[in-house]
Amino acid sequence: MEGAKLAPSRFGGEVVGQLRQARTAFVAAPIGRILSVLVLLMIVYVLFVLLTRIFDRGGGYFLQIMIFGVANGAIYALVALGYTMVYGIIELINFAHGDLFTLGGFISLFLLPIVGADESKAGTAAVILPLIVVFLATMAICGAINVTIERVAYRPLRHAPRVAPLITAIGMSFILEGLMFLWKGPFNLHYPNLLPAASFAIAEATIHLRDIFVIVIAVILMIVLSIFVSRSTLGKAMRATAQDQDATELMGIDINRTIAATFFIGAVLAGAGGTIFGLYYNTVVFDLGFSAGLFAFTAAVFGGIGNIQGAALGGLLIGIIIAFSDGYFESAWTQVVIFGILILVLVFRPTGLLGMRVPEK
Amino acid sequence: MSRLMASIRSTWEHDPRKDPNELVYVLLGIGALVFPLAVQVATRGSGSFLISQAADAGVYVLLAIGLNVVVGFAGLLDLGYAAFFAIGAYTYAFVASDHTEFTPIHQAIHIPFWIALLVGMFAAAGAGAVLGAPTLRLRGDYLAIVTLGFGEIVPRLFRNLGDWTSGVNGISALDTPTLPVWLNGPWSGDSLQLVQNFKIIDPLAYYVIMVILVAICIVLVSNLRRSRLGRAWMAVREDEVAAAAMGVNTVGVKLLAFSIGAAFSGFAGTFYGAKLSLVSPENFGFTVSITILIMVVLGGMGNIPGVIVGSLLIYYVIFNVLPGLPNMAADFANSIGAPGLNTPSGEYPGLSGEVQRLKFLIFGLILVLTMLLRPQGLIPSRQRAEELQKGVHEDTVIEDLNAETT
Repeated sequence: MEGAKLAPSRFGGEVVGQLRQARTAFVAAPIGRILSVLVLLMIVYVLFVLLTRIFDRGGGYFLQIMIFGVANGAIYALVALGYTMVYGIIELINFAHGDLFTLGGFISLFLLPIVGADESKAGTAAVILPLIVVFLATMAICGAINVTIERVAYRPLRHAPRVAPLITAIGMSFILEGLMFLWKGPFNLHYPNLLPAASFAIAEATIHLRDIFVIVIAVILMIVLSIFVSRSTLGKAMRATAQDQDATELMGIDINRTIAATFFIGAVLAGAGGTIFGLYYNTVVFDLGFSAGLFAFTAAVFGGIGNIQGAALGGLLIGIIIAFSDGYFESAWTQVVIFGILILVLVFRPTGLLGMRVPEK
Repeated sequence: MSRLMASIRSTWEHDPRKDPNELVYVLLGIGALVFPLAVQVATRGSGSFLISQAADAGVYVLLAIGLNVVVGFAGLLDLGYAAFFAIGAYTYAFVASDHTEFTPIHQAIHIPFWIALLVGMFAAAGAGAVLGAPTLRLRGDYLAIVTLGFGEIVPRLFRNLGDWTSGVNGISALDTPTLPVWLNGPWSGDSLQLVQNFKIIDPLAYYVIMVILVAICIVLVSNLRRSRLGRAWMAVREDEVAAAAMGVNTVGVKLLAFSIGAAFSGFAGTFYGAKLSLVSPENFGFTVSITILIMVVLGGMGNIPGVIVGSLLIYYVIFNVLPGLPNMAADFANSIGAPGLNTPSGEYPGLSGEVQRLKFLIFGLILVLTMLLRPQGLIPSRQRAEELQKGVHEDTVIEDLNAETT
């Protein structure tokens, strides 16, 4: 007490400062530390349970789940790319993106009979050309729709506070869901089973050709995208716009066109993802995009939002995590696990796994 | 005549009471007082359903007032607000029903409603603090995502932890709130009398209590807004770096906003659980969070009367107009002599079914059009409106020097 009353000598100041620091640390740090230790213990426990279960069920089951997770993750990665690109360029969480993915499934479902691809031709060479046509058409239509959405709902609000475009994005999500609901109703729709049923076995796990198809298509699309963004002029313009819009504009680059192109490419990938989803699972439903979108968004955050390789990696990991949670635990807990991971990543490593510097604006 | 008009106008313009907010408060107050009587007269004494619905609307008013503290005052985007609503409701279910006898506790807990209100409030505020403490230092968008994730997790926890919450079935038969005394009278269709140990079952009683609670909350929040804390919130909302430089403890202030907002949600949740006498994990999904957010944004973020009007309006549209539309459409088809429109055939579900399918679309259109046409909300706070004006029509560079750099 005597020391505290003294004139603020250097020594006294230091002591008071240290006391104050100690008090702050005493009040604030333990809560945070206890919480992080608890979280860590929980993660360790879950991983332990997971490991014991993996050993119990054997290697074949593990491989099976892994393949399923990778195929699923490839689809999530395609969707996550759209989230990450849009966020990287205009810092908008495009809630409508997940529904665009569903719309891709719906549009291709509508187009397939028109080009004459039905289940009688499943797995034959006659189905290849129609499928390519459907893929390209779906991707183009989704891209056009997303560019329109950007023009109508996001561009007018580009300089408004951040909440405004976010709410229009949620609104567009409801509108897209509403349109699909109006179109086909609330039912699970059957999507024609066109992929070959052939499969082969490796160590008690059956690997279908369709698993490989999904992974290959997704990987091709992602490679094309990353070459496009790193090599083409438009890709360069996108990266420049993401860094500094004003400077980019001063360099004579049309910002509006660049942003529209970003939305187009994102939607192209989502449309492809929706078609692949339909072909893989043989079912689509109008509100699929809500949870799929949230998962894909988690994937984008997980990998480091704004980072294209990060989104691909995050999608893959999320797919595998979902498969593990479904396969070794109960599927009722999957969403809790995914969103728990989302929160933990944001708290402990907000830049995600691969990370990217995103300045606070 | 024109002189009279001119004098009226000048009185109006110079009178401090011309503030639209006060006008709205007066109208809302009168509306709240007259509403039960008007309903009873209009429906010839069978209006208890409407009154009960109005009490439910009050729950949303409370929620919107609470979210307004978070989003409107402190500028934190919360997309999982329904989680705290769920926590409040489930807290009431735990502390005021026989349910805990069937959980591993094996002992029923019955706390009076009025204390449970506070318990629910503190439970939600505590959850808000626990969630907010590690996450509030994140950038704005990330906070939105964290709250979104939290909002998805909480109802699923309540659904999955079946041993404690009886899962999907929810918890039913919650305690009925009681009052020591209550005044019955012609307004409730009885003779004038004092009732001892009054059990709150009558919708009118819920309505009255709701109005009183809302009034208390309005006073609380208005005072908070004017307080040192309220000014700190607005400083943080406008420019966090500048606020920190002025000595505002930004994380602490944001944490308070977050917990106080959550407290209101828990408060509303407790009332909701008590009135419905049932809680189920299905009632607290993402759509609820979004609905409350829309109420706040549509009404006018940061402005309490605006938020109240917004919540009442949206509540009316969502819970009264939209559910009624399919029947209206079917009646309309019958009245124009085309009953064939109503018969379902094949994929066509009939006109009423078709209209029912429109609800997502209508909801989405409301959202998008509101943001595009009136992003400042119906009754905006003055600062907010100016900000938006500045933002939308980019001002000249010289004017921009005064504005916040974006």
